[in-house]
Parts: sequence; structure tokens; C-alpha cells
Amino acid sequence: MSDSSTSNSSLAGLQHSEPLGHGKHHPELLHHFADVQQQRNSASLGMWVFLATEVMFFGGLFCAYLIYRLAYFGDFAAASKSIDATLGATNTAVLICSSLTVVLAVWAAETARRTLLIGSLILTMLLGLAFLGIKGKEYKDKFDEHHVPGASFSFENVPVPGHPGQYANPQHAEIFFALYFVMTGLHALHMVIGLGIFTWLLIMAWKGRFTPQYNTPVEIGGLYWHFVDLIWIYLFPLLYLIDRHL
Amino acid sequence: MSMATPTIQPVVRENYERENYLNKHYGVGSWLLTTDHKRIALLYLVSITFFFFIGGFFALLIRLELLTPASDLVQADTYNKLFTMHGMVMIFFFLVPSIPAVLGNFLVPMMIGAKDLAFPRINLLSWYLYIIGGVMMLHCMLTGGVDTGWTFYAPFSTAFTNTKIIEAGLAIFVAGFSSILTGLNFVVTIHRMRAPGMTWSRLPLFIWAHYATSIIQILGTPVIAITIVLVAAERALHLGIFDPKLGGDPLLFQHLFWFYSHPAVYIMILPSMGIISEIIACYSRKRIFGYSFVAFSSIAIAVFGFLVWAHHMFVAGISVYAALLFSLLSYAVAVPSAVKVFNWTATLYKGSIHYDAPMLYAFGFLGLFTIGGLTGLFLAALGIDVHVTDTYFVVAHFHYIMVGGAVMGYLGGMHFWWPKISGRLYPEGWAKLAALIVFIGFNLTFFPQFLLGYMGMPRRYADYSHMPEFQILNVFSTAGATILGVGYLLPMIYFLWSMRYGKPAPDNPWNAAGLEWMTPSPPTTFNFEQEPVVTWEAYNYDELDAPHKQEVPVVR
Amino acid sequence: MAGNVDALYIFLIIVSGLMTLLIFTAVVYFAARYRHRRGVLAEQIEGSTPLELTWSIIPLGVFMVIFIWGAVVYFKERTPPRDSTEIYVVAKQWMWKLEHAEGQREINELHVPVDRDVKMIMTSQDVIHSFYIPAFRIKQDVVPGRYTVAWFRATKPGTYHLFCAEYCGTQHSGMIGSIVVMPPAQYEAWMTGGTMTGGTSGPLSVTGEKVFAELGCVTCHRSDAQGRGPNLQGLFGAPVKLEDGRTVIADENYVRESILDPGAKIVAGFKPVMPTFQGLVSEEQLNALVAYVKSLSKSASAGASSAAATPPSTNAPTQGSQVQ
Repeated sequence: MSDSSTSNSSLAGLQHSEPLGHGKHHPELLHHFADVQQQRNSASLGMWVFLATEVMFFGGLFCAYLIYRLAYFGDFAAASKSIDATLGATNTAVLICSSLTVVLAVWAAETARRTLLIGSLILTMLLGLAFLGIKGKEYKDKFDEHHVPGASFSFENVPVPGHPGQYANPQHAEIFFALYFVMTGLHALHMVIGLGIFTWLLIMAWKGRFTPQYNTPVEIGGLYWHFVDLIWIYLFPLLYLIDRHL
Repeated sequence: MSMATPTIQPVVRENYERENYLNKHYGVGSWLLTTDHKRIALLYLVSITFFFFIGGFFALLIRLELLTPASDLVQADTYNKLFTMHGMVMIFFFLVPSIPAVLGNFLVPMMIGAKDLAFPRINLLSWYLYIIGGVMMLHCMLTGGVDTGWTFYAPFSTAFTNTKIIEAGLAIFVAGFSSILTGLNFVVTIHRMRAPGMTWSRLPLFIWAHYATSIIQILGTPVIAITIVLVAAERALHLGIFDPKLGGDPLLFQHLFWFYSHPAVYIMILPSMGIISEIIACYSRKRIFGYSFVAFSSIAIAVFGFLVWAHHMFVAGISVYAALLFSLLSYAVAVPSAVKVFNWTATLYKGSIHYDAPMLYAFGFLGLFTIGGLTGLFLAALGIDVHVTDTYFVVAHFHYIMVGGAVMGYLGGMHFWWPKISGRLYPEGWAKLAALIVFIGFNLTFFPQFLLGYMGMPRRYADYSHMPEFQILNVFSTAGATILGVGYLLPMIYFLWSMRYGKPAPDNPWNAAGLEWMTPSPPTTFNFEQEPVVTWEAYNYDELDAPHKQEVPVVR
Repeated sequence: MAGNVDALYIFLIIVSGLMTLLIFTAVVYFAARYRHRRGVLAEQIEGSTPLELTWSIIPLGVFMVIFIWGAVVYFKERTPPRDSTEIYVVAKQWMWKLEHAEGQREINELHVPVDRDVKMIMTSQDVIHSFYIPAFRIKQDVVPGRYTVAWFRATKPGTYHLFCAEYCGTQHSGMIGSIVVMPPAQYEAWMTGGTMTGGTSGPLSVTGEKVFAELGCVTCHRSDAQGRGPNLQGLFGAPVKLEDGRTVIADENYVRESILDPGAKIVAGFKPVMPTFQGLVSEEQLNALVAYVKSLSKSASAGASSAAATPPSTNAPTQGSQVQ
């Protein structure tokens, strides 16, 4: 390759690792990585770092929520009572199951079980769609009850739980619903993106691109899905279960 | 430990005609679809220079208006838009990306011995997001602009102004995503793609600085993203999150906003500090004094930087106890910065100092950053801050750091690495002149503003005709600004000139330490023919200079 | 007060000046003394931990001195003295409306007597503004939805700039006024002279009593223990036990919140039946109501009748405006 007396001679005296030849490496190895392991580790770390940014993104919302909940607890409790905790709990169960199917998918990819992989991916997506469907029903209910913030919002004469005779302040309830829609809406958006990612994973799996040696996309797609699930696991009790008693 | 004996290459005519990253492929498509981190760096260079001049143009108009007390050049509404757009463009479209996206992108892989960043396609996506955000911002400005100040405080921004807040907010949101992805790329690259032997303690301080910066970008930027989402939602849907008339809290906005925007200033200064370390080491021909302390101080600044945001809110209505806490923490974050300045100064001791243009920028940085940082002490003192916050004192303080610090470092770095980037040498005489003009122009522009601030001139005032006593200092400031503008135009011109007419550069014109200098100027697309194995410490200037009893002549 | 701020400022200038001089001298000296020379190599010095510790700890020590000094000044700035003359300030785009407790109203101007502690109780009608008197070295943001407080004691007669220091829209730079500090006799003359820019309306607490009656507050807040709402005699400044167990001090913000958002803090032993007056009462009316409630404490402690005592306005400056 290069003549050692010209431009690269500054490196001439250095020890070198094995020069990368072609034809010996894994077909999925990207050119700028030294080996598959480095590629896999980088992808994995990249997804974890991205999830850290997502934590901070949702974190701002959680902060705003916590501050207002502390300030307007009674009104938030009244508003929380009006959203359907059964649907919320169902959705929680749906997502937890979908995380199980994700784990199965990752394992299937690692152990070359193509049918299980494809089946798990499809099942995950179906569960995700179910989640979005239930969410849609909830949003529709809120719309019908005039609980969507904006011009037609109405929250009159709703009692504050545990405080007979006291009615919730509609303005504060509107803040609850504003946060409810932004938080669950953002979460739902992430679910939709997750469905997109899994569609792509499904196509790749169908084409047989995942092997025990190379299944990184499934792994990091799975990480993303678990994260979105985890956000919901925080959202559910915070939004649906304020001051509820069994 | 075997070591190459790097020699100064005789200038070989074929050096820049040899295949390198610039000439490997031709055509617009090869640039717009590149995944080569060096090409992406140049894409960024062109775009941020463009926005720098847009922001600078707004600054010029502001300073022209302030020549006279009355609001006679532009109306108050227009002036309000000018300072808003100046701030938004300069911060989000110039300062935050500049060094990481240009020099960081170019150098991080090379300095650690890698072929590229961990995610080259995400790198390209970052640039496209930046461009999309930039286009949105341009459109917003051309169709009316925003007049809230770059800080867009609620409830003015959510319920009172009728300018294009949502569009500007979305533009910043998109650009912020670009920043997050760059930071993510750097963190993963630095963790996973260092060449064999490149341990953490052998990393150039430039890398440490960019690592710390990336941590801030990753953890801080999402918070302003969600703040923008909330402001947009509140504006569009009349929610009440920040509007007290609807039960909301305007101070919540300020907390959320500053939680990012304070660490953001460290995003803007830390990379510049990294550059200064490289320049001072090279032109003193010695290792940076206190390497570990400088490295860890970068991390300390990043961490502590997240704990001081409410020092922007001392008079906002926070409790006295909160104010005490944030003032105390603000003094804590000043210590690592001071430590760096002391270490850079100590590096000069018993060095072998050269006065090349990059070093002049570094000297300028030392002076201006010291002054800017010291005035931060004034602002962190609660009793003083009450008087000078929201006045020109603050404006002067942050311009000393952002312009006197970050931009000086950026220019110094552009000069230092220009031969590597372009394969050409810039004209040294003109470069020295430009450095001097920038330094003089800068001080004349901004030092009077400290005085104006203490005298009580509030910021964001289009009209000061009730206080004509402020005029003379404003005139000095404007005069300085025009000189500063000339100082910035010069490098633009001679860098462009050098790409065609500059002397071809050898691989290592400064005989500098660092893996990036062990590649051709300009480098090939994959940087290294073979993956290097590092067996030496950073800043091995003793080894680089040792064989030469005579001082190593720098090739001109 | 301003003197304290300036003293700290000068101290900081000296410290910064010394530090700048130190760095500049070191840099210039080293750059000259160690300029590159043929045959002379740089000496590689790794570092010096003792030096690092020294130049970390000493600056930290200096910073702590500055911090404490600044904190002490700030504490004083944020703690208005007890018997300050109260001025109610309502900021709006783009003017300052100021009302003396005796009812004199001013627009963009504030007349005060020299050597008197003056406390501004401020709120905004719209966006955030900031009340800034550079000559007195004080500044305080004026926030919609709550009261913020600032105070000063002018020591020299004269006219001083008042600026808005928080960007608030188009005429932000036009929201300028003056603080007119007068010797006592001149101030008394001004108070009775009727030349104030906003006219006069009688003592604020009396206005407040009228509003209290007009809005029907008196129906529930009786001056005995039979009312559906708490008796407001002696309320202001005293601790209040709430039904959720908390205890809060009844300050201006408490009174304001109780009117605009009564459900936020229910007093122990009372039902949550008070309606909200959000949107039904202006900032000026709120100020008057706050002044009235305050007067119920002063007169209660002075053993006077529940009707607000009305000081003759000519006597106001010498008796101190805290008597309402």
C-alpha cells in the first residue's frame, strides 16, 4: 500500500494491530468498526445513552406533574378519579406482556429460532396496537366528557375525594388533564415509533438477517420497547391512582 | 517503548494531490450523502459560519440602534425582535454546535485512532436536523420573527405575544435533537472506539472536554425540548401550565428553562477549553501542567453545572434559602474553571513558547476568559446580583465568556488544525493581525458594558432617551463592534483564499503531539491505513523535540 | 443599603483586579522569559498536587468570603423592616401603578419621604416585570399571580430612575418612572396637595372595607365566631392552622390566594364553601382588600373597634403609615 518513506511514514515505526483485510469479516460488520464485538457494544451503549436522554425528556414532565400534584392534591385526586383505572390497568398488563414477548424475541434471535422470533415480534406489535386502541378509547371518553383542555373544558361540581362538601377547582383539574394528555400523548407517540421500529425488525427477521452472531437490532429495539413500557409503569399509578383505595 | 521518529516532512507537492477525503469523490451527492466525519465537519463549518454571520448582522443592527438614545433606527418592536433573533441564532445555531460539530466531528475519531465516529449515519442525520432547524428558524425570522428574548419567559411567550413562538420553538427543538445525537455519538465513540493502548489517561484534553460536553448535551437538552413542547402546547391549546390566570406557575417555566440553559453555557465553553489545552501544549512544547486535574475539572464543571441553574433567578421570587444554596453552588462551580486557568498558565513556565497565531488566540482566551469568569463571581454574589442582574453587566459577562472565550478558542482551533483539514497553510501574518484586531475590538465592545450595567442600564432596551448619560459608553461599544466585525471577516477571507493559493501543508507543520498529526494533510477517508497502537503518553513533546538539539523549525 | 452593595462591589473589583493582574503578569512574563530559543528545550513538568490543592483551596476560601458577604447583604435586602411604609404596586404593560396606603395613587412616580423605610408590595396584571431602582441598588421581579416584596430607605432627597428590568414587550424600555425622595415637610405637603398623578381615593384600607362589603365577604366573615368563614380580626401576620394539619402564616400572598383560590388552604374547622373571586376582582381591589385585612390586625391589637381606624392624612407621615 503506502510507501513507507512518504506520507504515512510517521506511523511506520509503530506497532500495528492486524491490518483489516477484506473478505474475512462478518457481512454485517460496518467498515469503521474493528470487529463485530465493538459494533455490538457500540450499538448497545448508544441505545442506553439514548434512553438516558428519554428519561430526561419525560423527566421534565414528571417534574411539572409532581409540583402541581403537591400544590393541588385534592383537585388532582378528583380529576384522577374521573379517568378509567380499569382501562389503565388493562393497558399496564398489555404492556408488561409485550415486554415478555420482546424478551422472547431477543432470545429467539440469539438462539436461531426463526419462527419464535417472528411470532414474538408480531405478538409484541399486536399488543402494542391493543395498547393504542385502549388509549384511543380513553381519549374518546375524555373528549365526550369535556375533559380535554381547551375551549370546551368543563369540570364543574366534581367532589374532591375524602373532603365532603368540597369541589375541585376546574382550573387545577384542567392542569391535571393538560399534563395527562401531554404525558400519555408523548408516551403514545413513542409507542407508535416503537411499532415502526418493530415493523422494520419484522421485515429484517423475515428476510433471515438475524443470527446468533448478529442480532443487535433486536436487542436494542427491545431495549427501546422496555423503556417505553417502563415509562408507562410510572405513568399509570401517578395519573390513575391518586388517592384511590381498593 | 518503541517510538516512531517523526520527521518534519519536506513539502511534497503531491501531498494534497494524493487521494484524500476531499478529493476521493466529487459531486454534490458525495457531500450531501457522505458518512465521513471529516466531510460532515465541513458541512457543519459552512452552515454554522452562515448562521454566525446572520447572528452577527443582527448584532450590528442592535449596536447601530444603540448609538443614539432614541429608538430612531428601528422601532421598538423591531429592536425587540433583533435581540431575540441575535440570541437564538447565536446560541442554538452557532455556539452550541460550533466546536463539537466542526472540530469535534473532524478530530475526535482521529485523536483516538478510529476510522470514524461510532454512528456515521447518525452523524449525517445530526447535520440534516441542524439544517432543518436552521431553515425553520430562517423562515420564522423572514415571516415576522419572535420578540420574547431568547429566554422566552412565560406568560409573555405563552399568552401575550403574537409573534411566531411555536415555529421558533420547533426550530430550536429540531436543532436540539441534532445536538443530542452529536453528544450521543461522541460518548459512544470515546468509550468504545479508542485504539489499542489509548487509555483514558492518554487521551488528549480535547477529548476529555468533548466527553464532558457530550454528557451535558445528552442530559440537558431534552429538558429544554420538553419545555418547548409545553410552551407550544400552552400557546396552541390555552392550557394553564405556566399562566397564573389559569392556575399555572410562571416560575416553573423559568426553572425548566434554566435547568438546560445553564448547563448549555458549559456546552459552549468546555470544547473551547479543550482546544486551548491542545494549543498551549503545542506552542509551549510541553505537556499540560496538571493533566489529571484539567481532565477531571472538565467533568466537575459538567456535573456541577447541573446544580446551579437558579442563579439566573435570584430576583425572580425564589425563596431566600434557595437563593443561598444556588449562590453557594455557583461558587463551587467556579473553582474547576479557575484551576484550569492556573494550570494553563503554569504550563507556560519553563516552556519553549512560540507566538504563532493559534497561540495568540490562546493568550487572548486566557485574558478574556479570566475577566469573564471573575465577573461571574460578581453575579454569584447575591447582594451584587440584585443590582446588576438584567443589566448590561450580565450581557458583558456572558459575552466575555462566549465570545472572548468560546469564539477565541474556536478561531484558535480553526487556525491550529487548518493545515490538517485543508492541506494548506493560512497566511501567518494576516492571522496574527486578525487575532489582534479581534482582541482589541472585543474589549472595546464589551468592557464599557460592565460599566453601563453597574450604572443601571437595563438590558433589552431599545430606547434610553431618559438616560442620555449612557450614550458615550454605548458609542464606544458600537465602535468596538465594528472593529470586531472586521476581525471576524479577515479569517473568512484568508481561509478561503488559502484553499486555493495557500502553501501546501506538511503532515505535521507544528510538530504537534496527537494521533491526528500522524496522518496526511489532508487525511484519507479512513484516517489511518492501519489501526495505530498507542504506547506513549499524551503530549509527548519531549520525545517529539528530543532528537533536535536545535529548536525544531516550523515549516512555513 | 446601597453602600453595602457598593462596598462588596469594590471588594470584588479589588480581588478580581488582583487576580487578573496576577494571571496577566504570569502569562506575559512566562511568554517572554520562556520564549523559544535555539537549543533550549521545554522542561516537561507533570504537575504538582500541593500546588493544585493550594490554588483550589485558597480561591474557594476567598469565594466563601464573597458568598457570605453577598448573602448577608441579600438577607437584609429581602427582609423589609417591620414598620415600613407600605406601597402597593401594580405593574402592567407598560406602566407602574403605585398606591400609598393612605390612598394617593401615582402613575410611574413614587413620592417618598427621606429616611423612611418603604416597602413595596407588588404584583403584575399581565406579564413578569421587574422593579429596579439603580440608585438604591434594589431590584425585584414583579410576577403575575402573586405578591413579591422589595424595600428601601432613601437617605438623600432627589429624583431617581425607576426602570422595568424584565423584558415585557414592545414598550419595555418605555416603562420608566421616577422615585421622588422629599424632606418630611415637603412630603406632607405633597400628600395633601392632591397633585399625585393618579388622584387619591382615601386610605386603601377604607377602600378595602367597601370592597369587602360590596363583594359580600362580610356575610360569612363576621367579626364574631358565628360566621361560615373565619373571623379576620387579628388574622394578618398570625399563624393559621389548616384542616390538612399544616400551619401557615397569614401574609399578603395567603390573603390573596384565599380570595382567588379558596380551596387551596381550608382553615381547620371550616367547610370548603367559599366561592372563588378569580376574574371578579381587579389587582387594585385585591390590594385594597389586603390592606383592609391588615388593618383588622393592627386595630385589633390596639383594642380599637373593628372598623378600620382612619388616620388624618396630615398626620400620616409622622405617625408612620402603618396605622391604618
